[in-house]
Amino acid sequence: MSIPKKVWDFMAWRKIAAIASIALVLASIGSLATRGLNLGLDFSGGTLIELEFVEAPAIESVRAELSNLGVEDAIVVFFGADTDVLVRTASQMVSNCESDPDVAAQAAQQGRVCADTLVNSLNASLDSEAEVLRVESVGPQIGEELREDGGLGLLAALIVVMLYVAMRFQYKFSFGAVVALFHDVLITLGIFSIFYWEFDLTVLAALLAVIGYSLNDTIVVFDRIRENFRSLRDVETEEAINISLTQTLGRTLVTSLTTLLVLVVLFLFGGEMINNFAQALIIGIIIGTYSSIYVASNVVLSLNVKTQDLMPPEKEESDGEFEETPYR
Amino acid sequence: MNKYPIWKYLLILSVLAVAAIYAMPNIYPPDPAVQISGETSGTQISQSTLERAVDSLEPQGIEVIGSDVSEDGVSALIRLADRDHQLAANELIKEALGPGYVVALNLAPTTPQWLRDIGAQPMKLGLDLSGGVHFLLEVDIEAAVADRAEGLASQVRTQLLEEGIRYRTPEITEDNHVRIGFRTDADRSEARTLVLEQNPDLQVATEEEGALYILDLAYSELAIRDFEERALTQNLTSLKNRVNELGVAEPLVQRQGSNRIVVELPGIQDTAEAKRIIGKTANLEFRLEHNPNRSAFYEEFEFMDVTVGLGTARLDRDEILTGELVSDASTSFDESGRPQVNITLSSEGGTLMHRATRDTVGERMAVLFIEYKSRAVEQINEDGEVETILESYSDEKVISLATIQSALGVQFRITGAGSQAEASELALLLRAGALAAPMTFVEERTVGPSLGAENVASGIKSIQIGLGLVVLFMLFYYRVFGLFATVALSANLVLLTAVMSIIGATLTLPGIAGIVLTLGMAVDANVLIFSRIREELKNGAPPQSAIKSGYDLALSTIVDANLTTLIVALILYLIGSGPVQGFAVTLAVGIVTSMFTAILGSRALVNLTIGGRKDLKALWI
Repeated sequence: MSIPKKVWDFMAWRKIAAIASIALVLASIGSLATRGLNLGLDFSGGTLIELEFVEAPAIESVRAELSNLGVEDAIVVFFGADTDVLVRTASQMVSNCESDPDVAAQAAQQGRVCADTLVNSLNASLDSEAEVLRVESVGPQIGEELREDGGLGLLAALIVVMLYVAMRFQYKFSFGAVVALFHDVLITLGIFSIFYWEFDLTVLAALLAVIGYSLNDTIVVFDRIRENFRSLRDVETEEAINISLTQTLGRTLVTSLTTLLVLVVLFLFGGEMINNFAQALIIGIIIGTYSSIYVASNVVLSLNVKTQDLMPPEKEESDGEFEETPYR
Repeated sequence: MNKYPIWKYLLILSVLAVAAIYAMPNIYPPDPAVQISGETSGTQISQSTLERAVDSLEPQGIEVIGSDVSEDGVSALIRLADRDHQLAANELIKEALGPGYVVALNLAPTTPQWLRDIGAQPMKLGLDLSGGVHFLLEVDIEAAVADRAEGLASQVRTQLLEEGIRYRTPEITEDNHVRIGFRTDADRSEARTLVLEQNPDLQVATEEEGALYILDLAYSELAIRDFEERALTQNLTSLKNRVNELGVAEPLVQRQGSNRIVVELPGIQDTAEAKRIIGKTANLEFRLEHNPNRSAFYEEFEFMDVTVGLGTARLDRDEILTGELVSDASTSFDESGRPQVNITLSSEGGTLMHRATRDTVGERMAVLFIEYKSRAVEQINEDGEVETILESYSDEKVISLATIQSALGVQFRITGAGSQAEASELALLLRAGALAAPMTFVEERTVGPSLGAENVASGIKSIQIGLGLVVLFMLFYYRVFGLFATVALSANLVLLTAVMSIIGATLTLPGIAGIVLTLGMAVDANVLIFSRIREELKNGAPPQSAIKSGYDLALSTIVDANLTTLIVALILYLIGSGPVQGFAVTLAVGIVTSMFTAILGSRALVNLTIGGRKDLKALWI
């Protein structure tokens, strides 16, 4: 193994990168603490109705019609096209009431939303044809459970990953990888909080995929660092990391590029229901690519990683205090 | 020299060939169809019935492209040319066939016979792609346990009455204990023996309260847990029966956690019907009309009499039996041509029914329909915030009140049940079974069929464009090796589809996103290998050894990187539900197949084309 002709001095920028990362993480935590997340229906509970009109309706008249029906808290927005309208409310349970006007009246009394009644009265008042594309209703306790399970899943993923990396590499690397993952997850969450984009189950899935992807990147880099530590004995740690990053840079960029390419396609052509998902992955992958270079390696370097840390397990007793020379 | 032994090429080739065959059913789109089956499980669908159904469609201009009776003869499918006609056809056939048949919308697979013979099937589509309904129902076990305590109280009361032991009206405590007071200790011990004889597993305690001798009865923890388990299983079975009534293709009725049931009905267009049948979280009770000579206890219920109009019916407080004991019910016409409902009870039910009706001929018996519903109620929680909770309540009404003509047994009929439609519905509700415990909806999702179709279309479009762009990039960046990667990537897509079809995984919209994401990430393995080869070449290695060390050196990195993603996919599957699980499955399967195609597949191609050339001076990479 030889050293590439041109080695990029990535680690020269490590302090600036660290400051930028810390600032971003703090801003994210700040926003999450104050603004919180715009929780989607899956997590908040409530009802969502997607309607498709033949002709674009006026949002105000949809809103007015809803309050006529006793639904006051509804959020009404266009969804994708101006003939597609999304109605969301905290009210519970949609029952099919078309065939039974009594049930519809009863539902309205109880603060429930009835999709069919809504469509019928909208059609009558707006003089338009609407079709119900989708109705989702999630009970409050389900939302709470999903929130808990989601948080638990993220934690479980991080812990399992930490153990795996500790086993395959060494705890300093494991720490670096997990710091990078926390960094990615927190900043992606932070961006969703700052822009108040909707955070639903698919975004949670995307976050877990980001963990997988970012880790993938980080491990490729670590693998190279380990290899170079073993083969380039007389090189400083910082230099060895720079060499490894330079060697893997091409691959990191190409893979990120192909992945981003398909994600942008997904964002543009995948339909409205997949938009949040694609958005979260695009952001997560950009941050993940950055973090595998500047966060994971940075942490490993700060932890004063030594060649001995990565020797075969027989030499495990070295903890960096005794600068013993590895035998050749 | 880079050469694989012949068997390795053959192995890779045969894996891909098998994959191609099993992926094939996915390119045959299913036909819209209408399914006919008998109302009771034994009914055979004859050829003439089928012809009658088909004949009803043609005059209306609905084109039928095929019709056949299933092998076991209990159902038939009529395939239609146009999906828009499905609903209309459904109604026409229902009308033409009359009572005794269940007619439902379905999708008929068009997979060629030889593919079906080897078990090849298309991927199942999730609700977000096929359209359909998803319900999550919560079983109110507590209510069932409370119900059971009430049953115990009424049973003990009857026993004591028969034996002539004097008692104070039993009281049911909040934790479902039944407490009965007696005047003397002797009465109490006599009652105690009597009760234990009938219910040996009861926990009995005694207590004195003023002048009263109290007998405290309760079911043991174990008995309650056992009962809860049975109640849930009973509910699950009843729901399955009801769903089967709908004749939906590939419904899902599954237990989730300790007290929830998921019901998914993909592909149905008429969600109203499904909701009505599934949504009837109901139970049935047979009760005698109240007769003051027999007992002092009665309850009043609303009753819509066909002749008199809305009135009330006064019924005995204790039921004869509940809907669990009904084993079959069907409709037919009586001697004067009015619709009737024929009921078959289990043997236990028959005994109970006989005991209740042998001395009451000439009196009337009612079928009481109890529907469990939920409504949103605002309440203030511990933190002083107003929160909305769902409160369950029951709606009880008498759906039939008929005179007992003779002592009834296992089989009997109800006449005068109203119109044909009402009789059918009564039969269906009786047949579909009762629920042992009330249920409420905690989640429901409906995706219209047009949105589902739209999602499929945009999903396919994303895969095509995504694949196209990745291929262009790889060809541009790695040239000949990009071509190898492209072939590997396409093989991966086929393999992924085949594995998903074989394991019967459900494809969801996030699942398609997973496929697209896999396309982007699957090239990673090839990118790792190719950039390694480039490095080796730069270091002056000869082409053949550069290829060899490129593949060898990248292997451990690829395995490490993919294993961690696999772990994440596994966690995603464990915590996720529905669509998210679909994503996890495609991600996991995609990782495994991409490792096969990117490492073994692309290597085989390289070895086969340029691996044997000793004179190779340069690589187009």
